Amino acid sequence: MTLQKQLEDVLATGDKAFVPYIMAGDRGIETLKPTILKLQQIGVSAVEVGIPFTDPVADGPTIEQAGERALAHGITLRKVLAELTSFSQEIHIPLVVMTYLNPILAYGIEDFAKDAKLGGVQGLIVPDMPFEESALLHTALKEHGIALVQLVSLTSPVERIKKLAAASEGFIYAVTVNGITGERVSFATELAGHFANLKAASNIPVLAGFGISTIEHVKSFGDIADGVIVGSKIVTALVEQDWATIEALVQATKKATIN
Amino acid sequence: MTTVKGRFGRFGGQFVPETLMTSLKELELAYEEAKKDPSFQEELDYYLKQYVGRETPLYFAERLTKKVGGAKIYLKREDLNHTGAHKINNAIGQALLAKRMGKKKIVAETGAGQHGVATATACALLDMECIVYMGAEDVRRQQLNVFRMELLGTKVVAVEKGSATLKDAVNEALRHWVTHIEDTHYILGSALGPHPFPTIVRDFQRVIGDETRAQILQQEGRLPDTVIACIGGGSNAIGMFYPFVEDKEVALYGVEAAGAGIDTNRHAAAIHEGKTGVLHGAFMYLLQDDNGFIQEAHSISAGLDYPGVGPEHCHLHETGRASYPSVTDEQSLEGVKLLCETEGILPALESAHAVYYAAQFAKDRPADEIIVVCLSGRGDKDVHTLMDKLGGGIK
Repeated sequence: MTLQKQLEDVLATGDKAFVPYIMAGDRGIETLKPTILKLQQIGVSAVEVGIPFTDPVADGPTIEQAGERALAHGITLRKVLAELTSFSQEIHIPLVVMTYLNPILAYGIEDFAKDAKLGGVQGLIVPDMPFEESALLHTALKEHGIALVQLVSLTSPVERIKKLAAASEGFIYAVTVNGITGERVSFATELAGHFANLKAASNIPVLAGFGISTIEHVKSFGDIADGVIVGSKIVTALVEQDWATIEALVQATKKATIN
Repeated sequence: MTTVKGRFGRFGGQFVPETLMTSLKELELAYEEAKKDPSFQEELDYYLKQYVGRETPLYFAERLTKKVGGAKIYLKREDLNHTGAHKINNAIGQALLAKRMGKKKIVAETGAGQHGVATATACALLDMECIVYMGAEDVRRQQLNVFRMELLGTKVVAVEKGSATLKDAVNEALRHWVTHIEDTHYILGSALGPHPFPTIVRDFQRVIGDETRAQILQQEGRLPDTVIACIGGGSNAIGMFYPFVEDKEVALYGVEAAGAGIDTNRHAAAIHEGKTGVLHGAFMYLLQDDNGFIQEAHSISAGLDYPGVGPEHCHLHETGRASYPSVTDEQSLEGVKLLCETEGILPALESAHAVYYAAQFAKDRPADEIIVVCLSGRGDKDVHTLMDKLGGGIK
């Protein structure tokens, strides 16, 4: 089943999608499997698996530091895909890899797509590869059935939003702030109009991400989008093994809680 | 690779977060318009002449030539520019462009501090707010320039992350830009980054090569046989090379920093290493490991301490139009001493790489050949490092 279909199935139940971002191998590669299995168990819709990079220009301090810890544990794209492959039979929710472009180029685009598929990866997010450059990966990803998720920003003009929405696969990653990843206190008031434009331009799920860190954020983005991606808050909670916080965020996207 | 605008052969491109794409398009359009507007060029020319002090001399280094004993060596004196290096050419150009775009705030990165000082200067001149990110390691070795920026009213932020050098300063400047995209322009200091930066920086720096070409024709009645410049990101080199690219008889040499030696892992010779990848928005040659992680560059000169090299240079290398040899830290110190002793000129450590290479190159060439070296900056900023490495001073 495709990434898009699986997310649509979640939405069909009346729930909103909840996608946590984790830094693969923050606390060591051996923590990857129990973390993903537990997230699956508490009802997340998909997991965004972050790959550490030496120069993560789109990330704020929380994820950057998690990346540094992962690098110190010797985590690489290759190790993560091998580890995912080792337990892919136990995973029923979609996995979406988030990596900067250079580790993919060093891996070899074709080899990466093949190994990602083996690891059960259904989607890919590359924060430093805008739509114009994405043809580079398209053929290989298509061959292995991996969706290439496009990011749409608040600065994208309406015409561009239409183009990005048409090109995106799996879902649309709607960036909610001008800036980098990390927790925010508040968001711009014009977001509702932006999301209305996005929803109108697309026929795949629209998930909001960047800065979302509280139950209130999750609920308010649930009103205007199809779900949320939560990064820095999850990364911090996982370090502290504060599962109560994570479960509360997940519950905020469930039909029973929304109404 | 796909064919999009801003490619030099297969190098370059726009590998940036989506939030920056609209700003890059806006910058591209604004620059295209400015280029066509004679009043913009007039304003730029005015500041370059009356404020920066252009044109800079093309100086025949007679004693250096005699000492080396070979081809004639000319020095393009970019060290005589206001603020002491070629960086001001681009900083003024981009600050005027930002003003034209209605942006009142400027962010910049700096390695040796020369681009930071130049940007701080342009911002003081044009009444703009300026913030400069600088690696903590560079802050330490270029303290004089940090204080100069502060005197000019700029906020300098030390970046402790990663290798705490130029690459990490670029990361932070990009993060700052993406977070303040609505009122801020990023004045990138080298011929690096996403399109249109490598083109804009080259165009603002080509004044070096344009002047050199006219000056050598006037002084020697012909083009030089060889042109030599140091290369980190490659802004002085591309500015010097560009007007000569079509003159196939002129050999072009970009001198990379070999640090402790290119056979060690402590150098900044990205082209020599020959591995391609994407960093800071461009596809280029990069120092990286097998996993695609970026490696730290090492050079005695903060301005060459960068793990990549501008995309147009990558293309000139791949097509064979330019060559990219390298010079070690030790050799660059020799270059400093040589130029001080023969010509009474203290070059920046960056430029000293080119001076050393030129001296080695010249001695095997006949006396009727002409070599031009881009003396990209003066060495006052390096005096602490030089005292440390060479000893001296009254104890």
